Amino acid sequence: MRITVTVDGTTFTDDVEPRQLLVHYLRERLGKVGTVVGCDTSNCGACTVHLDGHSVKSCSVLAVQADGSEVTTIEGLARDGRLHPVQQAFHDNHALQCGFCTPGMIMQSIDLLADNPDPDEQAVREGLEGNLCRCTGYQNIVRAVRAAASTMSGGAGPEAEQVAPASNVAGGGDR
Amino acid sequence: MTATVEPEIGRARLRKEDARLIAGRTRWTDNLTLPGLLHMAILRSPMAHARITAIDVTVARKMSGVLAVFTGADLADEQGSLPCAWPITEDMKSPSAPSVAVDRVNFAGEAVAVVVARSAYEAADALEAIDVDYDELPVVLDMEAAVAEGADLVHEDLGTNTSATWVFDSAEAGTGSDVEQAIAEAEVLIERTYRQQRLIPAFMEPRSVVVDPTGEQFTMWSATQVPHILRVMLAMTLSVPEHKVRVIAPDVGGGFGGKLQVTPEEVLTFLVARRMGKAVKYTETRSESILAAHHGRDQLQKLTLAARRDGTVTGLKVELLADMGAYLRLVSPGVPILGAFMFNAIYKFPAYRFVCTNVFTNKTPTDAYRGAGRPEATFAIERLMDELAAELGVDPIEVRERNWIRHEEFPFTTVAGLTYDSGNYEAATAKAKELFGYDALRAEQRERRERGDSVQLGIGTSTFTEMCGLAPSRVLGSLSYGAGGWEHAAIRMLPTGKVEVVTGSSPHGQGHETAWSQIVADQLGVPFEDVEVLHGDTQSSHKGMDTYGSRSLTVGAMAVVRAADKVKAKAAKVAAHMLEASEGDVEFEAGAFRVRGAGATAKSVSIQDVALAVFAAHDLPDGVEPNLDSEATFDPENFSYPHGTHLCAVEVDTETGRVDVRSYVAVDDVGKVVNPLIVEGQVHGGLAQGIAQALFEEAVHDESGTLLTGTFADYLVPSAADLPTFTTDRTETPATSNVLGVKGVGEAGTIASTPAVVNAVVDAVRHLGVSDIQMPCTPMRVWQAIRTGQTDAGGLGNEAGGGLGSIDSSGGAR
Repeated sequence: MRITVTVDGTTFTDDVEPRQLLVHYLRERLGKVGTVVGCDTSNCGACTVHLDGHSVKSCSVLAVQADGSEVTTIEGLARDGRLHPVQQAFHDNHALQCGFCTPGMIMQSIDLLADNPDPDEQAVREGLEGNLCRCTGYQNIVRAVRAAASTMSGGAGPEAEQVAPASNVAGGGDR
Repeated sequence: MTATVEPEIGRARLRKEDARLIAGRTRWTDNLTLPGLLHMAILRSPMAHARITAIDVTVARKMSGVLAVFTGADLADEQGSLPCAWPITEDMKSPSAPSVAVDRVNFAGEAVAVVVARSAYEAADALEAIDVDYDELPVVLDMEAAVAEGADLVHEDLGTNTSATWVFDSAEAGTGSDVEQAIAEAEVLIERTYRQQRLIPAFMEPRSVVVDPTGEQFTMWSATQVPHILRVMLAMTLSVPEHKVRVIAPDVGGGFGGKLQVTPEEVLTFLVARRMGKAVKYTETRSESILAAHHGRDQLQKLTLAARRDGTVTGLKVELLADMGAYLRLVSPGVPILGAFMFNAIYKFPAYRFVCTNVFTNKTPTDAYRGAGRPEATFAIERLMDELAAELGVDPIEVRERNWIRHEEFPFTTVAGLTYDSGNYEAATAKAKELFGYDALRAEQRERRERGDSVQLGIGTSTFTEMCGLAPSRVLGSLSYGAGGWEHAAIRMLPTGKVEVVTGSSPHGQGHETAWSQIVADQLGVPFEDVEVLHGDTQSSHKGMDTYGSRSLTVGAMAVVRAADKVKAKAAKVAAHMLEASEGDVEFEAGAFRVRGAGATAKSVSIQDVALAVFAAHDLPDGVEPNLDSEATFDPENFSYPHGTHLCAVEVDTETGRVDVRSYVAVDDVGKVVNPLIVEGQVHGGLAQGIAQALFEEAVHDESGTLLTGTFADYLVPSAADLPTFTTDRTETPATSNVLGVKGVGEAGTIASTPAVVNAVVDAVRHLGVSDIQMPCTPMRVWQAIRTGQTDAGGLGNEAGGGLGSIDSSGGAR
């Protein structure tokens, strides 16, 4: 089947097998290997990307289902060499060790903040429940998400993916 | 550089590693692709024990994109036997361990055939078309039954299911007295049997391996903790010359001991790539990983503690059955033996005996998992100390205090024969009690008991130590381990004054690039940013023993420090020449050489100046080689003994059995700290894994040997919603066994936390007649224990998916 998908700002038209998973299309066809596969039962969330502005586990979406959609991966978050505030917060708060869950964790955190711009600790923990990390015990991830919330402008939906103007990312942009 | 520059050691440096990882700019093995890369998939046995009577691959072989299908018979002549590097006794029974089964399978998940195809999808398709006929054999699952007279055998040719029995006895070793006498004379005897359930390491990156046979060397990329050991073992196992193999561990997504292995998958990928003459990749699915990658723990612990009425311990006898699974993997037999030296823990036992029997069953082989032998020991002794306190009616901390080594008694040689270099259990405990609000929580516990509250409060203590920093080579030799415990490092001074550090440690999340940069920045007086750390490639880092057993800092970084010393010694000769002084008059401080006593304003030459002068080599002293590069290999003289006091408060709903961790305080003493951020992260992650053993995780098999917990839906790795916020702090008693005063930290949190949590759970319901609940302490088990006194509800083979930590007490998912 022929699909047209915009991934991280570039449009691709490809013939794909109907059964191909979005994550495999991203990794194998487009070389977007920043998005990874951690399980085969949709439990771990390592493959989380944004499909039209909302987080999805790309192992549970077929590539053909993304036809006509926009996909944002971890590789498409930084703008003009500047990290997204959530990426920056993960670094600043030592919210990663091996880093394998990190792309999915960051993508899910952004989605969580889009829904709830100022989550308390419990809200962050529940919002990340579908993303497993084996290294950090989650404490610094929770801290990072809450720190990012304080540096991002409030907003809903896909806007959360945009890097806010410099005045709104004090401490989040270019450290 | 000025003399007042802030030391790098002790700074909470943000990690160098992060920049790539947060941007998805990663080099996981599965990311790699090469021209003409072929994909391998593995057909695995659904049977735990069976004869293979026929394999038909004709249909699979003709499917689209399939280049080859190999069975065990095809590879039998070249696959050798997977290595076991730790024959713990001279008469240890060790079965031949094929990478792909030839005529029989011994655990469900064992490889029986491989497909090589153009794509991973096509390879997976072809697996479905392979037809295997099995003739079932009786399965051996229970360890006690396995060692009983007349038991069915896992390996008939061995004639027994006992692999080896290993004994330490303090009376025989001369490190203590006779435990049987202590037991005979005991005023109080605590006899318990505890079970260490089977666990799954569950690193987040599934294992992956790529082998490229097209160059002069075979190049293997693998998601491994041990690229150096892997290279040696491939050479020894497959009779391929060592210099014809290069192993690279690129970005590796966690290990926790689970990637301390020479795997069947690595060997098969190598063999297939060699056959095909083309690069081949194998990446496991998570289900395969859970099923076939080695498991951890799995012990039955029969324990006898002798004490006097005043609470003084007088003897400890430990009798273990340790489940090896179906084969002995790289260090399987030695894992429980690492615990032999730790059951006595921080306490002054005068008599001690340890007997471990390693047992074969038809299950996935076990091997190292975070803590490896020491969590088992710590769990047993810390549970026993709580039981002793309950028996005597005293506070659990008080009974520990009566028996622990006091800070002024270090160095202290234990009944197990180890010499602990330093520690201060009093200080860590005092700090933990204060942070925890121990007395107030005890008061609340009393109040709730009196009130008969349906939610009861329990308080658990764990005053642990552990031995890590593996390991002094002579000790490993005395334990019959197949290699040394040294580590290697090299420092290259580049002409522009930048520094390359080559380390034999092989990080997979620990942050070596950051920590090693801090150490070298201090040692050589160069900026943190000017240090590049190279690792995980046997071509650049040719010599190493890799990363496990909390050894990187206390062994690996010591090699780095020694190499830096040599760089400085070489540089001093050149600097003295440049300063027109004699070498003995020159001192090095904060990156510069000066004439001693000449003052801060005197002429100096920086180490970068020296590096450039050596590069030019125009004017060097006679006989001085134009080279500052240096290497060192460090062999530790002792283990590292981090310690700490962990306190856990849980609320147990006596009506539902649900356990909530209300607060968790961890005060760890890991000596001097290089990077407090990294240390805290290691503790957090360690706690999560230890708590998960206490409450959530268990690998369960059914009566036919099928793994019931074969996915992340069934094997409950905790999520953020399942874990509390930890309160972590430190005391700092420097190690005296190394120049930096540092101790290992990688496993401490895991080792300490499991008994703290279980002690808390039991403490919450002890007044209801409960003295034990088997791990994981699921709502079902806790409820059953309260109702019936049964401690193992949902035990072996009864119930998949123990924890359900994300389900709230009203029964709904959060």
